[in-house]
Amino acid sequence: MAKVKQIIELDDVVVKFAGDSGDGMQLSGSQFSDTSAFVGNDLSTFPDYPSEIRAPQGTIAGVSGFQVHIGHKEVQTPGDLADVLVAMNPAALKANLRWTKPGATIIIDIDNFDSNHYKKAGYTEDPLQDGSLEGFNLVKAPISTLTRSTVAEFGLDNRTAEKTRNQFVAGVLYWLFNRDMKIGENFISERFKKHPEYIQPNIAVLRAGYNFAETVEAMAVKFQVNPALKGKGLFRNITGNQATAWGLLAASERSGRKLFLGSYPITPATEILQELSVMKHLDCITFQAEDEIAGICSAIGASFTGKLGATSTSGPGLALKGEAIGLAVITELPLVIVNVQRGGPSTGLPTKTEQSDLMQALFGRNGESPVAVLAASTPANCFYYAYMSAKLAIEHMTPVILLTDGYLANGSELWPIPKVEDLDPIEPPLVQDNDMEYKPYKRDIESLARQWALPGQEGLRHRVGGLEKEDVTGIVSHDPGNHELMVRNRAEKIERISNYIPKQEIMGNKASDLLVIGWGGTYGALYTAVKELQEEGYSISLAQFTYINPLPKNTKEVMENHKKRIVCELNMGQFATYLRSKIPQFDYLQFNKIQGLPFMISELKTKFKEILEEI
Amino acid sequence: MIPECNIPLASPQDFSVDYDVKWCPGCGGHAVLSSIKKTLPELGIPKEKFVFVSGIGCSSRFPYYINTYGFHSLHGRGAAIASGIKVSNPDLSVWLATGDGDSMAIGGNHFIHILRRNIDVNIILFNNKIYGLTKGQYSPTTPAGSITKTSPDGTIENPFLPGELAMGSNATFFARVIDTDPKMMKEVFIKAAQHKGTSLVEVLQNCVIFNNKVHEDITGKEVRDENQLYLEHGKPMLFGKNKEKGIVRAGSKFIVGEIGKNGVSLADVLVHDAHNLEGTRHYQLSRMTLPDYPVALGVIRQCETDVYETLLEKQIVAAKARSSVKCVNDLLMSGNTFKIN
Repeated sequence: MAKVKQIIELDDVVVKFAGDSGDGMQLSGSQFSDTSAFVGNDLSTFPDYPSEIRAPQGTIAGVSGFQVHIGHKEVQTPGDLADVLVAMNPAALKANLRWTKPGATIIIDIDNFDSNHYKKAGYTEDPLQDGSLEGFNLVKAPISTLTRSTVAEFGLDNRTAEKTRNQFVAGVLYWLFNRDMKIGENFISERFKKHPEYIQPNIAVLRAGYNFAETVEAMAVKFQVNPALKGKGLFRNITGNQATAWGLLAASERSGRKLFLGSYPITPATEILQELSVMKHLDCITFQAEDEIAGICSAIGASFTGKLGATSTSGPGLALKGEAIGLAVITELPLVIVNVQRGGPSTGLPTKTEQSDLMQALFGRNGESPVAVLAASTPANCFYYAYMSAKLAIEHMTPVILLTDGYLANGSELWPIPKVEDLDPIEPPLVQDNDMEYKPYKRDIESLARQWALPGQEGLRHRVGGLEKEDVTGIVSHDPGNHELMVRNRAEKIERISNYIPKQEIMGNKASDLLVIGWGGTYGALYTAVKELQEEGYSISLAQFTYINPLPKNTKEVMENHKKRIVCELNMGQFATYLRSKIPQFDYLQFNKIQGLPFMISELKTKFKEILEEI
Repeated sequence: MIPECNIPLASPQDFSVDYDVKWCPGCGGHAVLSSIKKTLPELGIPKEKFVFVSGIGCSSRFPYYINTYGFHSLHGRGAAIASGIKVSNPDLSVWLATGDGDSMAIGGNHFIHILRRNIDVNIILFNNKIYGLTKGQYSPTTPAGSITKTSPDGTIENPFLPGELAMGSNATFFARVIDTDPKMMKEVFIKAAQHKGTSLVEVLQNCVIFNNKVHEDITGKEVRDENQLYLEHGKPMLFGKNKEKGIVRAGSKFIVGEIGKNGVSLADVLVHDAHNLEGTRHYQLSRMTLPDYPVALGVIRQCETDVYETLLEKQIVAAKARSSVKCVNDLLMSGNTFKIN
């Protein structure tokens, strides 16, 4: 008989799944996220995995995690600390305990808590005995043994049987959050469509987990997170990389320019290449080049023929592409360069997030080589900013660098599905065949964009290249005056993009004690911290920048009328330095974090309060 | 009725630019340019459909000197740019002008990969065995021991033979020509253009300033009959003033035999088979060097096999037939969506 248990209603809950790299924690996490989305919770997810594919089992280096934040209220980040931690082994517990709230529910696979595993995890004492878990609601679940006995009847080999343990975990969570098991069973059926023999065993293990939770004394309470107040309509859960890929596809469709992605696999940008590789039916070509350089060069070639050329990469790859970006600058061809930032320098922290490529994006090339730079600020709005990057690239005939980061790329959120026809139109500056007036470097009076004449068009034969060209005619020219003119033209063309982008918004009052300034992927944490402080009665506002170069026209006005300004970023202060050069009339405080981790709301609030209380 | 011809007839002059060609007087580049201009009108392709791409170097100025669509790009990167152009628009006739520094050194990676992929680009490799535009440093094809500005005591590097590299990359078309023989160049350029897949034509080109007469032992009037073997598919590999010499087999190796001597007859002379996909013999031919062998010229290898952009097009057609997602709105609605009421 099921015992009557208490149900606690919560506004939001953070669940962290942690185990060995091969334990399937990413799957458990996405399954739980999808199920929560299905019942209408708002959500934000963040996978946290090592750069090794399968680091030694049971060690801290091998711990792979997936954090999901679900809410009845608005959810903007994957959450600071976990309310529920699933730890499949001692290493997973050790690595995550400090990110777990006091009093949290911790579910461990007790089968893996023995001296051998403790040693591998670097424990000198038994963590179940040393008092470190005091105050937590510890659930010792024999996940491995119960899973094994459940799947015994299906005759699976040991390895496959082991792999179903993540469904036991899912089952426990379904019970804990009062979820409909039908959703989980459908998820499994869908997931193993191509291997139907795995469907029944996984469903059996899911149920075993659910039944275990219902029976065991330790599970004293159930949680209820009601549907979000996010608004009605159709939503989907989308990661930043997927949204980036889809944004480029939408831009391709709206502009009538087929998409060509020339790219080379690199963490954490690879999913963009993978996602677009399966989009041939939408006339998208992906070219997995021999290196980063060939990736961008093939895309430049594609742009020359009239395609929407794009390339995706991460920090070290952007460094390699620098020379070719300069070529796209001087040939004035449209090109989207997506840089999914990670910890640097060099190979740095491939799977961790950082915002340290800003200066590289802005200035990392030889010569006077201006490009437009945009930065997405949430996983879902990578779609919008990828679209806008393509729009600006095409309409202004320029390379555009879109900055996202590991946190946005791998994280996901619930996204109201847009309609392509509602997006701003994109109008490529094409030329009619045999246009007698056509000159390669004749410019539009307003935007200064040159025209796009495509090989194959009659009467428009011309040559582009990396050597400086004469204004209007495009003939090779070493004339000093002409060079200065062309350098200024290219700079002015980028500057004028500010006439075509939205004004910078402020969240909060235009005059405040403290203006928080952020850019790109830190939006969720900064927004939540500022909003909570506003609710607590503080005079604090937020300006989160997504158009980096050029800056929105009202940037100076945004900075005015605040007693203090603080620039928060996941680097040593690159945006602050940039602002000091662009809007030098103000002082900018800095808050920087360079740990490969996103901001925590709590650390931001502490810092902001400290400043606010000095005022 | 006279059928309407959609292709405006072009002449070599149609491809001339109205500004100066700035190669040195006497540079082999002029001869190549002239041969290309004579080749293009014969291909039956509208003049708007030619694109000439290049990297950096003397030879890479080529696109500026021919009136087609052109792209003068980055050192070594021409092959990657040309790949993007051809894959994006297979309807274009794409040519890459490149040099031994451009393609054998800084662009070596792109060079081998375009050949491996077999993208239908025609590559003209100007091999003058020296860095010309930077004024006389040794290149990856400079013979060992050569004294140049950066090898005052002689180079201590083994040179590449472009043909060897091409064979190692599974090139489907490899030919070698000399800049002093316009007839040979035009004949071979036409074959290269007609070949489906990447065509590599190595031009043994003279640099009159920094490496004058580098190919003289092959091209010189006195020696050319003895030192050149012009290959034609299906014909015996004969050379010499009176075609009295030929390539014959000795075990797994080739040797030079003289007809009527040491029991060698015409029947012993190997017949050139450029179309054999198995490339061992093409490899051997491509690496024949003086003084033991004549240097092989003409089309050494031409094999029809799958072409990248054709395979890609097939995949696109199949994907379209297979998928119910026809536009981005369909895509946005595909898979798991959640309705919130």
